[in-house]
Amino acid sequence: MADFFKSRLFWISLIVVVIASTLPLYVSGYILGLLTVAYYFGVFAMAWDLLFGFAGEVNFGPTFLIGVGAYTAGILNNEYGWSVYLCIVLGALAAVIAGFVLALPALRVRGPYFGLTTLVAVLILQNFIVVFAELTGGEIGLTIPDVITINAGVNYWIALGFMTISAIILYGLSQSPVGLVLQASGQDPVQAGALGFNIVKHKLAAFVVSAFFSGLSGALLVFYFGTASVGTVVDVAVGVNVIVAAVLGGRRTVLGAALGAIFLIVAGEFLRPTGELATFIVSAVALLVVLFFPGGFLGAALSREARS
Amino acid sequence: MLAFQILIDGFAISALYALGATGFTLIFGVSGVLNLSHGAIMVLAAVAAWAGASMLHMNTYEGALLGVVVALVAAFATYFAVVQPIQRSRRIPNEEKEIFVLTGTLLWGIMIQELIAYFFTNNAKTVLPIVEGVMDIFGVRTPRNEIFTAVVCCLVIGLLWALVNRTRTGKAVLAASMNPRGVTLLGLELTNIYIVVWAIYGILAGIAGVLLGMFLGVSSYSVGPLTASAFSIVVLGGLGSVSGSLIAAFVVGYLETLTAYLVSPAYRTIPALLLLVIVMYIRPQGLLGRR
Repeated sequence: MADFFKSRLFWISLIVVVIASTLPLYVSGYILGLLTVAYYFGVFAMAWDLLFGFAGEVNFGPTFLIGVGAYTAGILNNEYGWSVYLCIVLGALAAVIAGFVLALPALRVRGPYFGLTTLVAVLILQNFIVVFAELTGGEIGLTIPDVITINAGVNYWIALGFMTISAIILYGLSQSPVGLVLQASGQDPVQAGALGFNIVKHKLAAFVVSAFFSGLSGALLVFYFGTASVGTVVDVAVGVNVIVAAVLGGRRTVLGAALGAIFLIVAGEFLRPTGELATFIVSAVALLVVLFFPGGFLGAALSREARS
Repeated sequence: MLAFQILIDGFAISALYALGATGFTLIFGVSGVLNLSHGAIMVLAAVAAWAGASMLHMNTYEGALLGVVVALVAAFATYFAVVQPIQRSRRIPNEEKEIFVLTGTLLWGIMIQELIAYFFTNNAKTVLPIVEGVMDIFGVRTPRNEIFTAVVCCLVIGLLWALVNRTRTGKAVLAASMNPRGVTLLGLELTNIYIVVWAIYGILAGIAGVLLGMFLGVSSYSVGPLTASAFSIVVLGGLGSVSGSLIAAFVVGYLETLTAYLVSPAYRTIPALLLLVIVMYIRPQGLLGRR
């Protein structure tokens, strides 16, 4: 950990965050809004990378955790009018509980089976949201009466602050002894178990931490949008974007995942003039990165630094 | 009356699911690849058949053939452009290849889906059926096309069974799914076997896609649900077990039809999903899985 504060990565990250925090002083509200969403998305991707990159588990259903957090917070606010902050905390807690319930059986199975269980969880959640339309707003979406603030600059700072704190915690965790055990159990569960580590407990912890940050970020996003809908926080396509962001940025780097998410959202906006081809181009770029730079952006940059 | 209706409709849907899932499970059984662009390839076949009939003025047979050929080409493209480079890559550690294949084929599927949406719009398309009209079975008015779908599905699956169990090539494929190293030691080139499997897969996915287009219609939105349903049927049956997926396809097909008729079409997919979760709890390797 001490090495990290001397490394180039730390200084670059620090400079980037400082520059990013001054943005509201001179860029338009439109760009701020875009980046606000991108930062929340970055937390989704980082939380996913903790599971995939370190615990070696492909979670095809990041939106299950995100959606539970987002909808819990939204429904509580809509139905009972509780304060925004209480709703956000309860949303994150609901995501943790949902993650725990999902992880207990899911972690018994490996590889593709785990992926499918998590994917099915998303599909079930999606079905229930549509079936209980009176409570959830169904396919139209849930309108949320309160927002944190309507000031674009403040919203931006909240998102940036939240992403930075999440990044520090998740990155710190990934470099800690717990992170190393996770990495070991992801790569060779038998050997890691033989060394006396409780793999299931570690993976469960990783799942819960991932669920906490996904749910918290989902709840915050809902109060930024002022609405929650299947298309923005639950749909499988959203989950695919989270996965693509993490792989693009570089798996097993945590910070790269945030980078990938910001790239994905900003690139999508730049490609807007190409209309319906935007998603095609983004997927094609992501596929090329997967094929030729499997380490992702940050992976490629770090390995170059390591060589020089 | 309702019982017969459910029996007949359920059979047609299940047969179609079975055909769609067979190719998917075959590839996994032989080369360990989970092809998440499966739904996109099926939709592509249906859209090609539709475009052949409505834009190139082909008759329904030529259109259907075009659909199958396009699916075959797409299957080869998936293998040579996405799967093989990942399997041969030296930069991807071996234990992570599975995950990269999943991500790569997923992205590939999205690319196909977006291209379909771009050139042919997102609107639902129904391929003109080869046989038209309705007929009476036990007092249930059934479209002839539905019977045609069920018959073709059963025939193709029967042919596949004969191919795998009765021909030399088929036996090589079967052997490769049991022990790839053993097959190589016998002097058979593994890559050739993979190419054969992908060809079979392309044809199966193509036929399933075209039939789906005739029976229910497709749009680029059906890509995700199609992949997900093939994936769940295959896992329910046991990854890599063809007979397992056949059973699972009928379980899922009938469960969905029962729910749609007896409860509400809105709840159609929920019982099947819950069943899948229960099976994962109790028997993670699926109904007939080997692991």
